[in-house]
Amino acid sequence: MRLDTTSDGGGLMAQYAVLIFERVPPGELPPEVMQRHMDLPERVAEQGGRIVAGLGLEPSGTATAIRSGGDRITDGPFIETKEELAGVYVLEARDLDHALALARMTPIVEGGVEVRPLIDFQVLEDG
Amino acid sequence: MTAVDQAVADAHRREWAYVLAATVRVTRDLEGAEEAVQDAYVQALSSWRQDGVPARPGAWLTTVARRNALNVLRRRRTLATKLPLLVEREDAEPPPEPDADAVTIPDDRLRLVFICCHPALSSEAQVALTLRLVCGVATADIARAFLVAEPTMAARLTRARKKIAAARIPYAVPSAEELPARVDVALTVIHLLYAAGHTAHSGADLVRDELTERALDLVRMLRLLLPGDGEAAGLLALLLCHEARRTTRTDGDGRLLRLAEQDRSAWDQALIAEADRLLVATLRARPPGRFTLQAAIAALHAQAPSYEATDWPQILTLYDELLRIWPSPVVALNRAVALAMVDGPEPALAEVEALERDGRLAGYRYLPSTKADLLHRLGRDAEAVTAYRAALALTGNAAEQEFLEQRLSAL
Repeated sequence: MRLDTTSDGGGLMAQYAVLIFERVPPGELPPEVMQRHMDLPERVAEQGGRIVAGLGLEPSGTATAIRSGGDRITDGPFIETKEELAGVYVLEARDLDHALALARMTPIVEGGVEVRPLIDFQVLEDG
Repeated sequence: MTAVDQAVADAHRREWAYVLAATVRVTRDLEGAEEAVQDAYVQALSSWRQDGVPARPGAWLTTVARRNALNVLRRRRTLATKLPLLVEREDAEPPPEPDADAVTIPDDRLRLVFICCHPALSSEAQVALTLRLVCGVATADIARAFLVAEPTMAARLTRARKKIAAARIPYAVPSAEELPARVDVALTVIHLLYAAGHTAHSGADLVRDELTERALDLVRMLRLLLPGDGEAAGLLALLLCHEARRTTRTDGDGRLLRLAEQDRSAWDQALIAEADRLLVATLRARPPGRFTLQAAIAALHAQAPSYEATDWPQILTLYDELLRIWPSPVVALNRAVALAMVDGPEPALAEVEALERDGRLAGYRYLPSTKADLLHRLGRDAEAVTAYRAALALTGNAAEQEFLEQRLSAL
């Protein structure tokens, strides 16, 4: 396990997935919230991070789950949650504290976000 | 224990965190540093027996641990053909001279504390990691202290280490704006540690000295490292007040005694005076935080000539303020006890019943036991019996069980 002991994180960025859980369906988001979503990449960049990619999901009612190795097809998302998984974006940040500070700027009406580190394939290939 | 054994044990308790943090500067890696430091303590045992205890044991250990770490790095460098980050980073800092003055190495203990007490880790993981990394307590001993099997504790520590690595929890002192919240987490961990030692939830022994001592060492260390932080001083004052009364919490047979029954003449006046000095200075400097307010309440208890002659109105005022800045149902329950002493059991019972309806304290054994006491004081003994039985069902601690049974049979 490497520890960054330099204040700039050694210049190396880590990638995190930010999972957006939101009770309000995407189509019903207030325009100002939509605008803040659009502005997010710029605000993240201002704070020294980067949004690498983003995905918005249609409501979970449109989802189809495939279970038990493909034998069973069911209507709806794999896991039912009160706050639906509404989107995901990939964030580059120096460390978890930086990632949390950036992810905190995600506009949410009712719900929250989950920050999860992405497997660093670069390291796996090297190792 | 020989004098050398004692010197090594003392150095372990006092210097572990500093030596480990200094070694992380070489390894950039917690596990590698831990190993190097562990080895340094083993080397100290034989070397100090032969050559005597050095004048500055901490500096000796730091030099040896860093040399151990460096040797491992060199060995790895010759073994591996490519070491992408390691070499570059290690070269960025000159290796320590064999007898380099360890005092010149920056004190990184705060980084160590903040990585262990990171809010992204579970509270259980924070406590375990702090004991392992900041205090250097062996995994087996941590497991024993928290009454879990050693493999369970080892797995908990491994999971936490994996998260630190994968999520890249920074080895850093938080920014000024984040600092108060992060200090609060660290102080909460220390408070938990003390509480676990003070009132073992299960098991025969009410006090586990090791944990309470470690907690006191840690809060003293944080107070030194964060001199401007009022809450570190507040927690130290709080723990000193608990500590001053510790020996009187049980009678000769290990039975739990209520505050009103404890032998006040046996309370440690030196510790109470130290707590008082800390509080006076802290309360003068800034608006008090939750640990400082709790300490102020504990100090009023500690300085009161008797339970009845305690300054209850002042305690109630402090609880009002505490509840305002920290609206926790546990605080509200304690406030109800103070309210009973000021305005009588009836309004206090109303508060306790409101808390019961609120539901957040379901399973908290002190709610039914407090309710039982109040009911008893109101002469409603039949209801008090039910409440004591409810409290009994919730505690696994032998001393507390016996205490409740005694109260029950007195009705």
